Amino acid sequence: MGTTATIPEKTSATQEFLDNLRQLPRNLKDAWFRLGRLPESEREESQATFHNLFLHLHSVRVHLRTLRPSLTLGLGLIATFSFLVLVITGLLLMIYYKPSTALAYQSMKDIHYVVATGRFIRNIHRWAAHIMVIAVFAHMARVFFTASYKKPREFNWLVGLGLLVLTLALSFTGYLLPYDQLAYWATTIGANIANSPRELTDALGITPYFDPGGFQKRLLLGANTVGEDSLIRFYVLHVFILPLLLVILLSVHFWRIRKDGGLARPEDPPGGLAEWGGKLHRVFEPLATKTYGLMAVVRGRRPPVNRGPEGTVMSWPHLLWAELAVLMLTIAVTLVLSFYIDAPLKEIANPAVPENPAKAPWYFLGLQELVSYSAFMGGLVIPTIAVLGLALIPFLDRRPGGEGLWFGTPGERTVAWQSLLFGLVCTVGLLAFTVNFGWLRNWFPEIHQLWIIAINPGSILVLLFAGWSLWTLKRKNSVRLAAVALFTCFLVGFVVLTYFATVHRGPNWQFYWWPSQWPVH
Amino acid sequence: MSDTNDVKPSRLEPPPVTRRSFLSIASLISFLAAMGTALAGVLRLPKPTVEPGPVRRYKVGHPEQFPVGAETLFAEQNFVVRRDAAGVYAISTTCTHLGCAVARTAEGFACPCHGSKFAANGRVLAGPAPRPLPWLEISRAADGQLVVYVDREVPEGTHFQA
Ligand code: HEM
Ligand code: FES
Repeated sequence: MGTTATIPEKTSATQEFLDNLRQLPRNLKDAWFRLGRLPESEREESQATFHNLFLHLHSVRVHLRTLRPSLTLGLGLIATFSFLVLVITGLLLMIYYKPSTALAYQSMKDIHYVVATGRFIRNIHRWAAHIMVIAVFAHMARVFFTASYKKPREFNWLVGLGLLVLTLALSFTGYLLPYDQLAYWATTIGANIANSPRELTDALGITPYFDPGGFQKRLLLGANTVGEDSLIRFYVLHVFILPLLLVILLSVHFWRIRKDGGLARPEDPPGGLAEWGGKLHRVFEPLATKTYGLMAVVRGRRPPVNRGPEGTVMSWPHLLWAELAVLMLTIAVTLVLSFYIDAPLKEIANPAVPENPAKAPWYFLGLQELVSYSAFMGGLVIPTIAVLGLALIPFLDRRPGGEGLWFGTPGERTVAWQSLLFGLVCTVGLLAFTVNFGWLRNWFPEIHQLWIIAINPGSILVLLFAGWSLWTLKRKNSVRLAAVALFTCFLVGFVVLTYFATVHRGPNWQFYWWPSQWPVH
Repeated sequence: MSDTNDVKPSRLEPPPVTRRSFLSIASLISFLAAMGTALAGVLRLPKPTVEPGPVRRYKVGHPEQFPVGAETLFAEQNFVVRRDAAGVYAISTTCTHLGCAVARTAEGFACPCHGSKFAANGRVLAGPAPRPLPWLEISRAADGQLVVYVDREVPEGTHFQA
């Protein structure tokens, strides 16, 4: 317990000073740990939560449903903790990394071969980045399929989308920093995707008057080609601006969860039956008009000891234990991967000879596949449509129901399976077609570029998916089911394209069954 | 407009603005104006007046070094120089799709990144490239050497008489 130190009335200042010195360790400890021991009562536990800046992002009590791993799969937490790992290892890497074209590659070599633990730290940074990207995508899918974006959580869904974009931007800017062949050419391609509105403005002949593409590219690179200015810009974005924005948005994200009443979950039904832990439990529901005797409380089978009347438990310690478990898991997986598998480092950047194949990081490879038909459509228009479409979901699907339950409204599972099949057939079919028969330019070499921008496998996929979703809307007469259809198709398309470009595209972006069949050069 | 004795606020006789709220509104507006101007200035920062990065203008040698029918590849600078009966010309080897360096093949050029193929004169044969490989401007420097301007495009078929 914190002591109310009694300062004796009549002592000399010297004596008082010596006493304070003697009590220094204890008073220091009291200042840090105001309780002096672990909390024991629920009152102390709630104080532990809300008297601490970091813990008070939690509410004091959490519902038992939201603690079940099967609801969240811990995915948001995995993303959070891998970000934490990235910040720490990133700071360590900054000690040796030198953001200049002449030195960057050499400093990476130093980190890899000379700095004690350098290679391990770099591996952790790389693996945590992969894990974070996977976790963020999977987290978005879980929020969608548990209908957790519905009112009042629309705003947090938008904040989440901002986090998704920031996560991808962080990965993209980090990719240039080693300044090796992969970095140089992936960034060149990325910057030229920013430049690709020129495909349209050139085709219309208006580039000299209206050139958003050129503007975006200059803004990103600071020059016409990837070089010193680009490296500094990417570095500043990667180590300061983007992480700062991410931390700010993340705080809003967490704060909103609390303000929206915790994670989305179904209403506990009136009459006092609720299901948790795989069983139905009777819940005590006091009526405002009645005074209850002890027997009424006990009628709920188990007396609600240590459990609030609404099926909640204290955040401290229950939620903290869960979070700690996810933290340990995240760190353990990252460490094991980093111990066995090194982050790649190719030859130093060479503007004369591209890496062949020059592949972007894996989560952009789906886009790179689309870009290989039309840079403007695949690289800018379709991602913009995707982000806008995702942003609109909670505003177009506003009927309550199914919150906090996987596939919570009738028919969702069926539609999800059908859409999975539909998306698979469409994407694989289109890819197989283009691999075997080529595309417009192979048949009509003189065709106008506008046709290619408008009609390519990417835009056809978007139309197919949108049509499928509209058909589901009519067929099932439900906005939510139409959203499920569209989101599932989007997810399947993303996964298939990413897989295809990762495994089946080789040198010259040609189709190969396996990377082992690539010609050696 | 009806002419009643209503004391409703009308457009002709708006409710009086107190001195205090007038001052706060005025200071708010000037604050926003000042911040807006400052922001506009800051937004101007990422785009320098003079384009940074290398000036992509290269001396490639004297005209005699390019005999009729021959082709010289400048890999670092990303172009080829050729001469035919009509004169000297240079073609960029930066893919017009997303900027990879194309490689010389039997039929012309091929891009390793997404498989664009070009004819020897730069025309697109296959793949996602939206435009032909650009022909580049050539001039002669004071010392008699040819100069190729990588950032300046000329119409296909433009030859430099050397
Ligand atoms: C850096 C990326 C992100 C991090 C670190 C993050 C973190 C979290 C965490 C820890 C939670 C608590 C529940 C859980 O673990 O599922 C959560 C909930 C939520 N997240 Fe995210 N998130 C991120 C991105 C996103 C994205 C991309 C979306 C969707 C577009 C999103 C939408 C939501 C919503 C709506 C909730 C509330 C869910 C509910 O009430 O059940 N978040 N987030
Ligand atoms: S950069 Fe040449 S085909 Fe894409």
